Amino acid sequence: MSLSPSNLQYAKTDEWLDPATGKIGISDYAQEQLSDIVFMEITVSVGDTVSAGDVIASVESVKAASEVLAPASGKVVAVNEDLTGAPETINGEPYTSWFIQLEGATSADLMDAAAYEAYCQERSH
Amino acid sequence: MREPTLFELSSPGRTGVTFPQADVPLFDLPDASLLREDLPLPELAEVDVVRHYMALSKYNYSVDGGFYPLGSCTMKYNPKINEDTCRLPGFVFTHPLQPIETAQGNLLLMYQMQEWLKEISGFAAVTLQPAAGAHGEFTGVLMMRAYHQARKDHKRVKMLIPDAAHGTNPASAGMMGFEVVTIPSDERGNVDLKALAAQCDDTVVGMMLTNPNTLGLFDENLQEVVRLVRDCGGLMYADGANLNALLGIVRPGDLGFDVMHFNLHKTFAVPHGGGGPGSGPVGVSERLADFLPTPLVGILEEANEDVPPLYGFITPPQSIGRMKAFHGHFGGGVVRAYTYIAMHGAEGLKDVSQYAVLNANYLKARLQKTYKVPFDRICMHEFVMEGRFEGTDIRALDISKRLMDYGYHPPTNYFPLIVHEALMIEPTETENKDTLDSFADALLKIAEEAHSNPQIIKTAPHNTPFGRMDEVKAARELVLCCWLPEDYDTSQ
Repeated sequence: MSLSPSNLQYAKTDEWLDPATGKIGISDYAQEQLSDIVFMEITVSVGDTVSAGDVIASVESVKAASEVLAPASGKVVAVNEDLTGAPETINGEPYTSWFIQLEGATSADLMDAAAYEAYCQERSH
Repeated sequence: MREPTLFELSSPGRTGVTFPQADVPLFDLPDASLLREDLPLPELAEVDVVRHYMALSKYNYSVDGGFYPLGSCTMKYNPKINEDTCRLPGFVFTHPLQPIETAQGNLLLMYQMQEWLKEISGFAAVTLQPAAGAHGEFTGVLMMRAYHQARKDHKRVKMLIPDAAHGTNPASAGMMGFEVVTIPSDERGNVDLKALAAQCDDTVVGMMLTNPNTLGLFDENLQEVVRLVRDCGGLMYADGANLNALLGIVRPGDLGFDVMHFNLHKTFAVPHGGGGPGSGPVGVSERLADFLPTPLVGILEEANEDVPPLYGFITPPQSIGRMKAFHGHFGGGVVRAYTYIAMHGAEGLKDVSQYAVLNANYLKARLQKTYKVPFDRICMHEFVMEGRFEGTDIRALDISKRLMDYGYHPPTNYFPLIVHEALMIEPTETENKDTLDSFADALLKIAEEAHSNPQIIKTAPHNTPFGRMDEVKAARELVLCCWLPEDYDTSQ
């Protein structure tokens, strides 16, 4: 598993939040568990307000379909439309494949990179 | 070698049937443009068509051909006597609209089947109408909604569904417009009671519980689960797809469930999938009985010394309506399952479940030193193990593909999602010890290969008509329409 970037924060449900930009994506662990992603759909729009834990997207791989939850609350200011057309980039570059961007992202209960890696390690056994 | 399509085998002018000279007056079609000469219909002789389909059938794998341990699908052997009974002329040549006085045998069989399923499940009433399992679920969820609506309890919108439930459960609740709330499993594979209690309030429609769940585990806290849901005014739905573990041992109706669908095509040996059709009767508790679909089979006139009872159709007072045209899958589903139950009797059905559970535990015991089995408890009719090995990159999918080389249908892959690289194995009661041993030997051999020759697993299957399919490409580049034959690339 590749190193989790230390500038990001991580949710127990395997999403990351960039506190500097408010961008949200899924972790390397999540993409690896899903395996080849074949479809993704973002289910919120610019202007929506989301709360931490809300469903913001769904991701489908050859193995499973999974919901992506907002790791933070805030207002949606951008949606990454490019990702919908090329969902496989999530497998290749999970930490630059952002789904949506939040303004005024506030969150509780997120882990730092070290805590998240330990959490992933623990689940792999 | 790929079998060509009928279009590729076609040759202009070749025919299977030569029509005799017309000996009746000829009529022109009112609209001659309906006869289109540009439609490229295949032209073949009968023998070409028969050989084509025979060749295709040889690509198939079936329970008549070999072991089929597909977890939660209960791919048991389908006894051939069921094929005889469902083809009896009295059943085959009945029309669903003929007067009931002339179809009393069929109606008696349906009535008896309703009674037997009530006895097996402990429910108050049963409908035979739903077409198959998911349709039965939908029927059940419709009745749950009707129950709350009849009580003017309109704020109930939440359906609680454990993460170890069948995937159809959230789909059925979602189709009804309910909000699906996932309840996690605890470290023993039971419903997490704390998480459940936190969701139990006056917005709960009910809970859809698969028990035994997809880990093959009977919930150890079932009574507490039922109490929590009922205390907040919710109804309990049982997914009957795993009923094969319970026959003659416990009855969902006695456990406090309100509604359950039966999969006659699993538990009661009706053929599955292409051999179908399925059949998904639904049983309900007293408080849902008035909402059952119409019609049910009932006794219209009681018997007296001279005449037997008159069976006919009745409509429950607050029925949700019709779920299917006519009377469900009568011949294909109900008659076969009726035969199966009659052939086994009460003691025989109990044996079915006991052997199904024994077979699953035997396989688990032979495999669990080599394959990690999380939630390691005595299992019911199926169990889940991890398809991965320390120090290799072999995944569950690779193991399944390699199993095909050894002549077995793969188990269910990647479900439930709460187990890494899940392989869900359900042997059923119809397999003997030799078959179980050969299957276990194959899996143990694959575990050796994972270290000694991983490449042979990664590139499997090798002994099948086709090698490994590109599932990613198939999913990403989905073709959902048909092209004209000449537009297909047939060069490969």
